[in-house]
Amino acid sequence: MSDLTKLTLKTALDGLASKSFSSVELTKAHVEAVESARVLNAFVLETPEQAIDMAKASDARRASGSAGPLDGAPLGIKDLFCTKGIRSTAGSKIIGKFIPTYESTITANLWRDGAVMLGKLNMDEFAMGSSNETSAWGPVVNPWRTRGGNAKLTPGGSSGGSASAVAAELCLGATATDTGGSIRQPASFTGTVGIKPTYGRCSRWGVVAFASSLDQAGPMARTVEDAAILLTSMAGHDPKDSTSLAVETPDFASFVGKSVKGLRIGVPKEYRVDNMPAEIDALWEQGIAWLKDAGCEIVEVSLPHTKYALPAYYIVAPAEASSNLARYDGMRYGLRVEGANLTDTYEKSRAEGFGAEVKRRIMIGAYVLSAGYYDAYYVKALKVRRRIADDFDQAFEKVDALLTPTAPSAAFSLGDRSDDPVAMYLNDIFTVTVNLAGLPGMSVPAGLDATGLPLGLQLIGRALDEGTLFSLGGALEKAADFRAKPQKWW
Amino acid sequence: MTIDVATVRKVARLARIAQPEETLEKLAGELNGIMSWIEQLNEVDTDGVEPMTSAVHMPAPMRDDVVTEGGDPEVVLSNAPKRAGNFFVVPKVVE
Repeated sequence: MSDLTKLTLKTALDGLASKSFSSVELTKAHVEAVESARVLNAFVLETPEQAIDMAKASDARRASGSAGPLDGAPLGIKDLFCTKGIRSTAGSKIIGKFIPTYESTITANLWRDGAVMLGKLNMDEFAMGSSNETSAWGPVVNPWRTRGGNAKLTPGGSSGGSASAVAAELCLGATATDTGGSIRQPASFTGTVGIKPTYGRCSRWGVVAFASSLDQAGPMARTVEDAAILLTSMAGHDPKDSTSLAVETPDFASFVGKSVKGLRIGVPKEYRVDNMPAEIDALWEQGIAWLKDAGCEIVEVSLPHTKYALPAYYIVAPAEASSNLARYDGMRYGLRVEGANLTDTYEKSRAEGFGAEVKRRIMIGAYVLSAGYYDAYYVKALKVRRRIADDFDQAFEKVDALLTPTAPSAAFSLGDRSDDPVAMYLNDIFTVTVNLAGLPGMSVPAGLDATGLPLGLQLIGRALDEGTLFSLGGALEKAADFRAKPQKWW
Repeated sequence: MTIDVATVRKVARLARIAQPEETLEKLAGELNGIMSWIEQLNEVDTDGVEPMTSAVHMPAPMRDDVVTEGGDPEVVLSNAPKRAGNFFVVPKVVE
């Protein structure tokens, strides 16, 4: 395999700019890497011909002096993003043959800036899962293994394909989405960087909806700087998404490498949960020490409603999902299973098209929204959500950002937690609060556990203050000097 | 609050998902497990708290009431499970 897949996005863009290699060469190297890594099941659709065509067009643009900020860089696209003329399935059988007739705003922004698409990435069905095991296309395998072990591990979810592809050097970066932790937890499990920006920073238009008040897209990459470069292209106001914020997109990469001296970092005491592995606690302490060394002031803060975030999420998200997924009725697009009458056709189509976890969540949603339970569950959860957001507001009066672990464990074996929904939901215990409050959160690889698996630390910022997160993420990355890579076995 | 088989049957109907009778009991168990874990929300004092319905601090924007795109039935129908001419074919709704 060519060394061109070992480059970071930044060094690849520099190499393209200095004509050290062409986008066609760079893209071919990645197409080959994708083809040789099918055992990971990271891609659900490879688009090599399109990739080479896009690379040729990029080389032509560069020759004529009109190259964009991402020109010629091969990326992977989570299958939740609609791509015009290219099958987009959201990991579900119910739209398993869906060919969008439009392009999502985020992918359109990436193509505007010159990026090349390698294909569509596997994911949990409708982004509902934390291990990629709910995908209709089968689970993704993490390129990481325990030292000396050969058990297949989950890359996390729902953006498992994105995480696995970036970690295995199949693409220079990937799009992902995060409703409760689906960018940050997989980033932690695969030693990659992932940021969920402020709600409203990235347009949701053309992204298959799961829970609209929580869904937010973001990038996954191998370095903090690469994530910053990608987010700068992805973000921006979009009139086609009514919750898209009409704010300027800063050059996020300019924040990476900035001094973090004098920043106040909050350490929320409620994130010290029972049964957390001692290694994760120790890594958190290490992260605190690194930021202290970089000149930050550490402040203990309290987010008293933290433990209620997951239960509130498992009312709000399924309620929104049950409404959003009502559109899959087999009438205008998607799977139709003919029944005896209209209702029977609906019921059969949805029973056949949705997987078990999606059905479970739709039913929870229908239950908490049904007559007699709406106030007791749904409205109650929205009030708790407000309490959680208020906790953050109060903390951010005292601090500039928060530092926490990203996930309560390292990557686990495929099949390990698939029998117990609540045990699976607990993966998102440290990430879900951020979605409820609409804040930006980033996971940065910080170390390895005793078995050699990567662990991440999470930074949480004020709304629209991703810049500070990129500065802090850069400082953590530098201090951690995380260079470990998965040993190639695929 | 416990969810019995009758409730699961009703919710499955509301959600328009066919659930075979023999799966209802297991589903009731799963949903009960999830809902009893959620019950802890009752510990939170939410008196006088305004429900949070949006994560963005801005009023909903208004747009001009004009047609922006359309007039292309081929595009609209391109993923139709069943079509006839420029129409979707759906099961009979009115007897």
